[in-house]
Parts: sequence; structure tokens; C-alpha cells
Amino acid sequence: MKSICFYFQVHQPFRLRAYKFFDIGRQHNYFDDLQNDWICKRVAQKCYLPTNKLILRLIERTEGRFKVAYSISGTALEQFSLYAPEVIESFQALAQTGCVEFLNETYYHSLASLIDKDEFISQVDMHRKKIAELFDYQPKVFRNTELIYSDEIAKSVKQMGFKVQLAEGAKHVLAWRSPNYVYANYPDGDLTLLLKNFQLSDDIAFRFSQHSWQGFPLTSEKFVSWLSQIENPDCINLFMDYETFGEHQWQQTGIFDFLEHLPFEVLNRSDFDFATPSEVAERYPVRDKVSSVSPMSWADEERDLTAWLGNDLQNDSFAQLYSLKEAVMKSGDENILNAWRRLQTSDNFYYMCTKWFSDGDVHKYFNHYDSPYKAYINYMNVLSDLRLQLKEYF
Amino acid sequence: MIVHVHATEYDRSGENINRQVYELERQGMEAADVIVCVSEFTRKTVITKYNQPSSKVVCIHNGVEPQNCNKRTENNIFGKTIVSFIGRVTYQKGPDYFVEAAAKVLEKDRNFVFVMAGDGDMLDKMTALVAKKRISENFFFTGFLKPDELKQLLAETSVFVMPSVSEPFGIAPLEAMSSGVAAVISRQSGVSEVLTHAIKVDFWDIDAMSDAIYSIGRHKALSDMLCEKGKAEVAALTWDKAADKLSELYNQIANKTPQI
Repeated sequence: MKSICFYFQVHQPFRLRAYKFFDIGRQHNYFDDLQNDWICKRVAQKCYLPTNKLILRLIERTEGRFKVAYSISGTALEQFSLYAPEVIESFQALAQTGCVEFLNETYYHSLASLIDKDEFISQVDMHRKKIAELFDYQPKVFRNTELIYSDEIAKSVKQMGFKVQLAEGAKHVLAWRSPNYVYANYPDGDLTLLLKNFQLSDDIAFRFSQHSWQGFPLTSEKFVSWLSQIENPDCINLFMDYETFGEHQWQQTGIFDFLEHLPFEVLNRSDFDFATPSEVAERYPVRDKVSSVSPMSWADEERDLTAWLGNDLQNDSFAQLYSLKEAVMKSGDENILNAWRRLQTSDNFYYMCTKWFSDGDVHKYFNHYDSPYKAYINYMNVLSDLRLQLKEYF
Repeated sequence: MIVHVHATEYDRSGENINRQVYELERQGMEAADVIVCVSEFTRKTVITKYNQPSSKVVCIHNGVEPQNCNKRTENNIFGKTIVSFIGRVTYQKGPDYFVEAAAKVLEKDRNFVFVMAGDGDMLDKMTALVAKKRISENFFFTGFLKPDELKQLLAETSVFVMPSVSEPFGIAPLEAMSSGVAAVISRQSGVSEVLTHAIKVDFWDIDAMSDAIYSIGRHKALSDMLCEKGKAEVAALTWDKAADKLSELYNQIANKTPQI
């Protein structure tokens, strides 16, 4: 038997409002409630609700043979509760089928794993509690923000008790090896790694509606024929943003039809089945160890950190944010702590990215600022106000 | 024909001038009987770069509208000395020298806050420079300011800096000074010819600029004196004076020119 492992990332950041110089020291509301509300409702209508409904139906129609995994950030869950509670209910319905695995990540979809181990662990803990509270579910598999992974991060992840982590099947790490097997961390080999098959994942997530792509139009028949051509795989890990369905790829592109037919095509016409990350890790042997000394991620051509921490704007704001940690913790002020943590969400740094060339289109799609410089200025204004608020405590 | 020169292509573009613009300007000057410049600084440019005979080029300095004095605000939200750059963020205005000077001051003393108010084609570059120098904790960008915001900023500003690379006149420091703000201005400006109670530095001299900013911020005696005397000095630079000189000049020309 061979398995297809679907994992969908569900995430919404708390976007900042336009926060001007003259707001510093005068206004402490940093987040754009109106915009967040509007985007959350829109994506709920276009993606989360219809896709959840479809997946629930597919699980029922295949009698539980179709399985998927979700990682839902804490900031997304919070916004669902605030703006679109029906999304939470629909995930709860999925949880009850027993065919859905929920993964553990950082509550704030942050990059804390790169700079502050304690903060990283606290946020993973917060997220675990949130998932338990909402879905009565104990996550066992870890996925880091943006699939960021390194040998060093693996140590923290193990320390938290995880046995399995998801990561990118980056070429520079795998070299000649295929992502279609189960791997483990180097050198200890005690953390199982499921690596994303980025070719096939991105065929769905990015290229599905690209007319210039030679695979266009992508049908479930065609996709399954590609799967069948792969030589002796154990597992095909299809990892992508959940917003692929209906938001990045609009309904008109036929993405829902594709998803609707895929399980039957796979189950009836191939020797693949569907498995959750936990099942894949249990079922297949570890074939080799992989090492990533510097962190890798699932972004852009480089599969590194440069989408978030690749220029001075990003490095400066990132360093300044974490330099406030001690004061934030000492203040004991819940509002400040919450704001500080929301500011850690990786999207904030993504908006400041200046790599406009190779992956510019994807970057622009996710960015509500008209320039990375404006994003930086806005972010730094907020940080200044936070700093002034903290000053009052000491 | 009388030509008034308020700026030349050399002010806007440095040595990399647009030839077409230059040629238009030159032809206009060539055809003029008299060329009136807003400063000696500009007069010199007209004589040397546009090859005009010095005898037909005169200087009449600009004046300044009497300001409704802004109330000074001793306290600002940061509890630090605010140093402002107010103007277009373009090559001509020398914003990069302001950032460099800010970095120098902050290296020594973090009790300063620098504000760059305005928009322009060098704004992104300045933002990146501030990030690179890791001074963003004490350096802010406001974008283009509305009049009431500008007023508020001036009321909280202790040092106004105009580091222009080339400024035919430069009315901004006069407006700041009449609001009681001490000014550090570039020598490469027309306004430096009419001011005594402002600190003048070469635009490229970062050391002198940061020194001046630091001294004004730290030494109350100095800042008090600059504010007080500067305000009085600017009050005397009225448009009436400029108008008198101009009408005298017009009369002279009218009397000289044969009537047809």
C-alpha cells in the first residue's frame, strides 16, 4: 500500500491598522478590527465553510477512507470565534468523524523557534490547549510556522514530547533523495519527519489555474495518473494552504470539482489510500536521516527564511520586537502580552519582504500594504507605542 | 524682460542635469534684460553655470510671512529632544545626511528622537537606511503632514534641520524659527545668507551637523539663545522689504528702457 497525506494550513493574522506617528503614545489599539472581520468573513464564505462541507461529505461518502490533517493557527481560531463562529462548528463536525488529524503549531503562527526557545514552547503549549478546548483533541504531530525546520529546532520539538514533525522536502536538504518516504532527524533519528512533495503540492496550490502551465487544465484523472507514475513511493505528502480552495484558486477555476473527484479517483483507480500524518509515521519505515543546519521553510525558490528575515527592515523589526520580551513579561499586563505576541505573527515580517522578482506575485497577493517600507514604518510605530506603554511599568 | 529665478536644474539634479531643462532655462536667461535671483547662492549659479554677465544678475532675498506663533510644548510623548527634518524627501533636500547625523548623535546619546516628515522618491531608501543603522527606536517617518499635524510637530520640535544639498532659498527654516525652534541649516542654501542666529554647516559635514544637533539638545543656554534671537531675526525678514527692493528695481528698468 501507498498513502497520500493531505495537510492543510489554516491561518489568519491579526492585521495591523494604519498606525501613524501621531498615534504613538495616544492610541493603543493596534489592530484593524474592521478589516480583519471583513477578510475573515470573506474567506469563511469563499473557502473555509464550503471546503469543510465538501470534505465532510467526502469523508462520509468514502466511509472514512478519505482523511486529512489540519493545522489551524491560534490567531485564526480566535478570529473565527469573533467573526465567523460557524467555521469553528464546521471544524468540530469534521473532528467528530475521526478521519481528521489536528496538528500542533505555535498559537501565534510565529517565528519564535528561531530566536526564543521558551517563548516557542509557551506558544506551542497555548495552541495545544486551544485545540483540546475546541475540538476535544490531543495533537501528537508538530508543524512549525511556514514549515520551518532545522536540526536545532528538532531538539526543542523533541523536548516538547513530539515524535513526528512536518517539514519541507527542500532540494538542498534532500539532494538526490525523494520526498516520498519517511525520514528522521539527524543525527539522533528519534523525530520522524514527513517532507512535503512540493512539486505535486504546488501543482494544486499555485499552478492549478495557470493557463501557461503545461499541466493545465489539471483534472483528478490527470493528477492520479501522475501519482501512479511515481516509482515505489511510500507516501506522497501534499501540504498546502487551505485557502487554496476557493480563495487563492477561485471556485470558478474548478478547484472544488477537482477536490470532489480526487478521493474516488485515488481509491478506485490507484493503489494509494489516504492517511493522516500520524498514520503515515506509524505505517512506513524511516528510510534515512536528513540534516538541515540552517533553517529551511516552504517559501519561495530558496526554501529558506529570506521571505521573513531577509533584509534590514525585517531583521531590525524582528530584533526589536524580541528585545522587549523581558519588559513585556515583567509588566504582567495581559493586553501588552497579547499585543506583543500578535506582533510575532510571521505575516508582519512577510509584508516587509523586498524580494519582488521571482516570487513577487505570491508576495503581493498576501500583502495589504502598498510597499514593504510602509509596512515597516507602520510596524515600528506600533512597537514604539508598546515600548512607551511598557515604560510606565518601570 | 525680467526673469525671476527661484531654482535651477542644478538644485534639483545636482551635476546630473537634464540637458533639455537646462537649455530652456538658459535661453530664458539669455533673453532677459535683468535676472532676479532669490539668493546670492542662486545668483552665483546663474553666473557660473548659465554664463550670464554678473552685471545683469541681481539678488533679492525672499521674506517670510509673519507666523502665528505656535505655543511651544515642552513635553512630548517620548520625553526626549525632538529633531525634525521637514520637506520633500528628495536628493536636493539631503535627507541621507540627516539620517547619518542622527545615527552619530544616537551613538552618543539615546535621548533624542528624529522625525522625517514628508514624502519623496528617496523615502524608501531612507527607511532602509534607518533599519540598517538600527536606529529605528529613535527615528520616525510621518509621511506627508496635514497643516495641523505640521503645527503640532513644530510645537514639539527642539531642533529643525535643513541639510539641503542645494537650496536656492529655503523658507522652511524661517517658518520653524519664527515658531521658536532652533535651526541647523546647510551653507549650500540661500537662506543662510540672511541668517545669523542659526547654526550653519556644510551639508556633507555630518560631524558638524551632529555636533550642532547634540549641542542644541544638551545646552539650554544655546537653544534658548538661538530660539529667542532667531525669532527676532526672522521677524525682520518681511516680504515688504523684498517688495520694496523689487519695485525700486522695476522702476530703474522702466526708466532705462526706451519707450516705443
